Amino acid sequence: MDAVEVVGGGRASLAPGTPLLEVEDLHVEFHTRDGVAKAVNGVSYAVSAGETLAVLGESGSGKSVTAQAIMGILDMPPGRITAGRVLFRGEDLLTMSANARRAVRGRRIAMIFQDALSALNPVLSVGYQLGEMFRVHHGVTRKEAREKAVELMERVRIPAARQRVGDFPHQFSGGMRQRIMIAMALSLEPDLIIADEPTTALDVTVQAQVMDLLAELQAEFNMGLILITHDLGVVADVADKIAVMYAGRIVETAPVHELYARPAHPYTRGLLDSIPRLDQKGQDLHAIKGLPPNLLRIPEGCAFNPRCERARDRCLAELPSLVPVVGEHGEELVGRRSACHYWHETLHG
Amino acid sequence: MTANGASALGAAVPEEAAFTQEVPRGEPILEVRDLIKHFPLTQGVLFKKRVGAVKAVDGVSFDLMQGETLGIVGESGCGKSTLAKVLMNLEPATGGSVRYKGEEISRLSGAALKAVRRNIQMVFQDPYTSLNPRMTVGDIIGEPYEIHPEVAPKGDRRKAVQDLLDVVGLNPEYINRYPHQFSGGQRQRIGIARGLALKPEIIICDEPVSALDVSVQAQVINLLEQLQGEFNLSYMFIAHDLSIVRHISDRVGVMYLGKMVEVGSDAEIYDHATHPYTQALLSAVPVPDPAARESRDRIVLTGDVPSPANPPSGCRFRTRCWKAQQRCEVEVPLLAAPSWLDGAASHDSACHFAAEREIGQAGQSGQAGESGQGGTE
Repeated sequence: MDAVEVVGGGRASLAPGTPLLEVEDLHVEFHTRDGVAKAVNGVSYAVSAGETLAVLGESGSGKSVTAQAIMGILDMPPGRITAGRVLFRGEDLLTMSANARRAVRGRRIAMIFQDALSALNPVLSVGYQLGEMFRVHHGVTRKEAREKAVELMERVRIPAARQRVGDFPHQFSGGMRQRIMIAMALSLEPDLIIADEPTTALDVTVQAQVMDLLAELQAEFNMGLILITHDLGVVADVADKIAVMYAGRIVETAPVHELYARPAHPYTRGLLDSIPRLDQKGQDLHAIKGLPPNLLRIPEGCAFNPRCERARDRCLAELPSLVPVVGEHGEELVGRRSACHYWHETLHG
Repeated sequence: MTANGASALGAAVPEEAAFTQEVPRGEPILEVRDLIKHFPLTQGVLFKKRVGAVKAVDGVSFDLMQGETLGIVGESGCGKSTLAKVLMNLEPATGGSVRYKGEEISRLSGAALKAVRRNIQMVFQDPYTSLNPRMTVGDIIGEPYEIHPEVAPKGDRRKAVQDLLDVVGLNPEYINRYPHQFSGGQRQRIGIARGLALKPEIIICDEPVSALDVSVQAQVINLLEQLQGEFNLSYMFIAHDLSIVRHISDRVGVMYLGKMVEVGSDAEIYDHATHPYTQALLSAVPVPDPAARESRDRIVLTGDVPSPANPPSGCRFRTRCWKAQQRCEVEVPLLAAPSWLDGAASHDSACHFAAEREIGQAGQSGQAGESGQGGTE
């Protein structure tokens, strides 16, 4: 790995605290037979080097679509980015030429997918697929590429890497395949990794191995990490800060400890309450009533209003914006925002 | 063992065996002994030669008590879903016995088998594939009545289906809709209504909420608990989400590679686990509390689950176990309460070296690998 040369594009170090990636007011919609599905409706977030941002949301919340828009792998059509900017080191990826963008994708921003078996090519050996990164981006020979592939496999602790480099994806277990995906994402030492539900398909004991590996490599290379997940447990384990999404909007952002201790949005509160706790044995769980909204018909006002116990007239009419929240004595809470008209009731009540 | 010895002793199964007698609460309604299910592995096209077997379930014993919820946890490939299929009599067992109210179900046929099947129903994991997309909700829920017309005579069926929809919290007017018109959580409610249609005594739930969104999972769990009280059901609840299993279960069984490795009450398993696999499994579950991140003492197991076609000799967990010794290689540990333990730790555990975990000890032991903090410096 250390032998990998960085080709193309200076890797000037950013000033500390400067975000690596900034998403600004992104809007994505899908044109379907039944109408326009508004999947992402003004999402903004930022990640710095070495930082882990967890994007938390249920299916249909727009968390994966946002990631696909950042990576430039959105299916267009039916998808369409209608507004917004995606700044990577200050440059807008959305207005970049296709060639410039290709140089960023894979090399500077890499992605790990949920289902490693369908993300890998079944008819090519994993060694070939890992080496392909070096052949395409660095123009090394086949033999060198194979060596690099073995190094990478050792890096992600695949046992007997040299013997297994010629094996095909189906010959590996789920955990090993996800390691290969991580190896592939890391191969060109990207600045940012987007991991879309990287451990959802894995068993818990294997999930722990993979998450540990990812966190370790992230620290080693000082990468930014966007972790997309619905699992409140995984988030608590690895994230620095969290953005909670609902119906294509961010409804709350907070540093990880504060979000779990004192949520400032009724939806976050509901999610945390619906986890079975020890003292609730034999009682009903606090379920959020109703269902996530249909993206073709997002409710007027706050999208969460039909399911919210605190909803009142203002919530039905006026869309809440993501505003900073403050502590009980007016003190600033760094990084905390909530898109609820009555956030103080959830936070302080 | 045989609470209902009378019917069990009857040499010939009575023709009209409807299994109507009530089992008192807390008595076993389903007794499983040494249950084995092997799937043969064959080679050759024309002359198939048997070259081995996938030992999906390999000697599992437990009782399901009337009115209780027995949680079964384990990773994929441990045989928990195969176990469910064998109990449902969807797959014939290779060996062992399953007794329902004292009656051996694998020996039954005809009307008696039909009666057993009526009383053991199943709720499946995936509400998208377990409902026929070309049937209306009314047809799906009412189909069991075609096979068991005695439960609801023809004229009453529509009413019966509407009642069921109401019971599971769906609008009875949805009876003519199709599955695609419902969300995942609603579909799972339809699946539950179908499971309830024949007024069964036992419902086997195979990962009933794992395909659902977090905010909807709690609704379905609440519904299952409410129905259990209302209809006096016994549940076998198969899942991999340990916190949900703890919430709903009275007793919990932990499976690994076709074997039951530990069985006990929820508190015995979760607070006093004595089998190393259970301890590793519990410690690996991500806890939704960032404050616990630093203090957690995680056992990270090395490697993957071995193939059930060629399981390790002796104790099946020994290849990943940090306690493994020579003895584990040769001697299969039996599922029994270890004589050297007492109190809550004294429950069934299949380990030669069963012991409660001392926090801080297991995480350091060499083979088990790093504790959870790796890479967060």
